[in-house]
Amino acid sequence: MSPVTKADNTPSASFLAIDGLTKTYNKVTVVDRFALEVEEGEFVSLLGPSGCGKTTTLQMLGGFVDPSAGSIRLEGRDLIAAPPSKRGLGMVFQSYALFPHMTAAQNIAYGLEVRKVPRAERDERVRQALDLVGLGAYGDRYPRRMSGGQQQRVALARALVIRPRVLLLDEPLSNLDANLREEMQIELRRIQQTTGTTTILVTHDQTEAMALSDRIVLMRAGRIEQIGGPEAVYARPANSFVARFLGKTNLFPGTVGADGRSISIGSHVFAAPAAATPGATIVAVRPEKLGFGEGGIRGVVRNRVFQGTQWLVELDTEHGPAIVQRQNLGAVPPAIGEATGLVFEPDAVHLMAPEADK
Amino acid sequence: MRAISRPLPFLLSIPAALIFVIFLLLPLLGTLILSLQDFSLATGIRPVYELANYVEIFSDSYFFDIFARTARIAVFTTLVTIVIGAPEALILMRMKAPWRGIFLLVALGPLLISVVSRSLGWALLLGGNGMINQALMSMGLIERPIQMMYTEFGVVIAMSHVLMPFMIIAVMTTLQRLNPQVENASHSLGAGSFTTFWRVILPQMLPGIMTGAILVFAMAASAFATPQIIGGRRLKVIATLVYDEFLFSLNWPLGAALAMLLFAVVIVVAIGLNRVAEGYFARMYK
Ligand SMILES: Nc1ncnc2c1ncn2[C@@H]1O[C@H](COP(=O)(O)OP(=O)(O)OP(=O)(O)O)[C@@H](O)[C@H]1O
Ligand SMILES: [Mg+2]
Repeated sequence: MSPVTKADNTPSASFLAIDGLTKTYNKVTVVDRFALEVEEGEFVSLLGPSGCGKTTTLQMLGGFVDPSAGSIRLEGRDLIAAPPSKRGLGMVFQSYALFPHMTAAQNIAYGLEVRKVPRAERDERVRQALDLVGLGAYGDRYPRRMSGGQQQRVALARALVIRPRVLLLDEPLSNLDANLREEMQIELRRIQQTTGTTTILVTHDQTEAMALSDRIVLMRAGRIEQIGGPEAVYARPANSFVARFLGKTNLFPGTVGADGRSISIGSHVFAAPAAATPGATIVAVRPEKLGFGEGGIRGVVRNRVFQGTQWLVELDTEHGPAIVQRQNLGAVPPAIGEATGLVFEPDAVHLMAPEADK
Repeated sequence: MRAISRPLPFLLSIPAALIFVIFLLLPLLGTLILSLQDFSLATGIRPVYELANYVEIFSDSYFFDIFARTARIAVFTTLVTIVIGAPEALILMRMKAPWRGIFLLVALGPLLISVVSRSLGWALLLGGNGMINQALMSMGLIERPIQMMYTEFGVVIAMSHVLMPFMIIAVMTTLQRLNPQVENASHSLGAGSFTTFWRVILPQMLPGIMTGAILVFAMAASAFATPQIIGGRRLKVIATLVYDEFLFSLNWPLGAALAMLLFAVVIVVAIGLNRVAEGYFARMYK
């Protein structure tokens, strides 16, 4: 990689700085004041449900959709004025968008030919790119004769070979079956770490986002809900939407005591993990952090599913439905219809303001 | 169950097969037999089987000239429809909601009008006192009318217009299958509009252009109405020559032999082009 040379007059020190990025279609705002700073070499995921504006955001970065407002600066350079062909970004499209009339090697060489890279260097870089994605023997194949996973890797190699400053990926793995997807996730992370390319990935799969990213940007209806590392957003979601989107969760209505040091969920009172604001709150507990025992929250088992490595137990409690996930260590959880208590360590809970709930 | 259902596909295809045999193969066979027979004004058609008609056609440069003219007109018509029709299809595909429908109708609408009417329309435009000449003269670009009626040039112009919709439809069909993101991919890799068109879009349009070319060539080579109206009696092509042989010379066998040769040439060219196209495209589309 070439060394980073930052312009001295950069308004923001970040490698890639996006600010106030907005897209409005016929008065409907589909992306609303999107702001994000990305460090060089970072892997950031845009995560959110269908229609929340992820693709639109990525296409604005790529230059295929004109923003209604906002700025995008890469190493201090304004990108919005530049056409897609001058942005120097690598893009992998959801549909791969390979050139069907070119072989894998020709597809990869295309960006280099456009850049007038001399023949010998071009051939060498194409060969390296094919090796990088594990397709060394497939250079002469046409896309139609390749599997989805192979096509996806050609698309990745084609985007990487031009040594883009930023790699943009739009749900590149969503067309693959579960096994291949997992394989490609590992592959993608390896390739990204080998090349050190700053990467922005769009996905609606939270496990994919958590497995791959340094940071996750959670989006809902065109707005950013939370930005943070995978562990942080999983453990400390900003609101119940984020909590639910990142996996199963239990949300109980609770109250923080006047001293800010105790929390009660109905009659169950426990010490607050940290000083909290007195008043109504939402107590979030992940299913793997709940256990069965005496006391705690009272509930009745509604359903019980054995999944090999773990048990999944659904209960009806006095504070709404709950779900418990227990590792299979030999102990059998309560049977359907049995009454039990749900217990947890005080520091297993995460408190969220009720008004953040929707 | 099986024993009953098995002959069903064959039974169901009998009507189509009958139509094919009765309306295509039998007349063709009849023409072939007719082309081997002999004719003279004194004796009429004599039921002999010989190649005399074909020998006559191949040994007389009069026929060769007409074949050459027919081929020239067909080739140039095909080229014009490619040069105009392919970009037109591309532009039509890029139009937004109301305009696309409107212009599609404008482009394909001529299909709804009889070839004879359209050719007569062209005769009005191309004539010595036609609108084109009058316009050019009133602009002072030319002094005397340009001869366009009864020329190959005029026939090619009118026929290109008549056959243009087939090229447009063929190219649009291929364009519809294209993934619009492929173009974006080319841009993201640093290519400008020109490179993207030349290296990414055009190659993907080729199958449609080939299909259109085969269609247009076959129809142009065997077209009758337009060459008859624009070309007139003197500027003969094979189709109008066959017509004359049948109706005026009454030499049906010679007309049949000419028709068979035209048929053979068209079939050979169409199959040849198709072979080339398939060989070229098979690797990416199969
Ligand atoms: N060209 C357009 N005109 C009008 N509305 C549009 C246009 N493109 C996208 N939208 C709207 O913008 C919203 C966001 O679309 P976008 O494609 O960015 O969603 P997404 O997050 O990528 O969803 P998915 O996960 O389904 O791909 C959607 O509600 C969509 O209907
Ligand atoms: Mg999308």
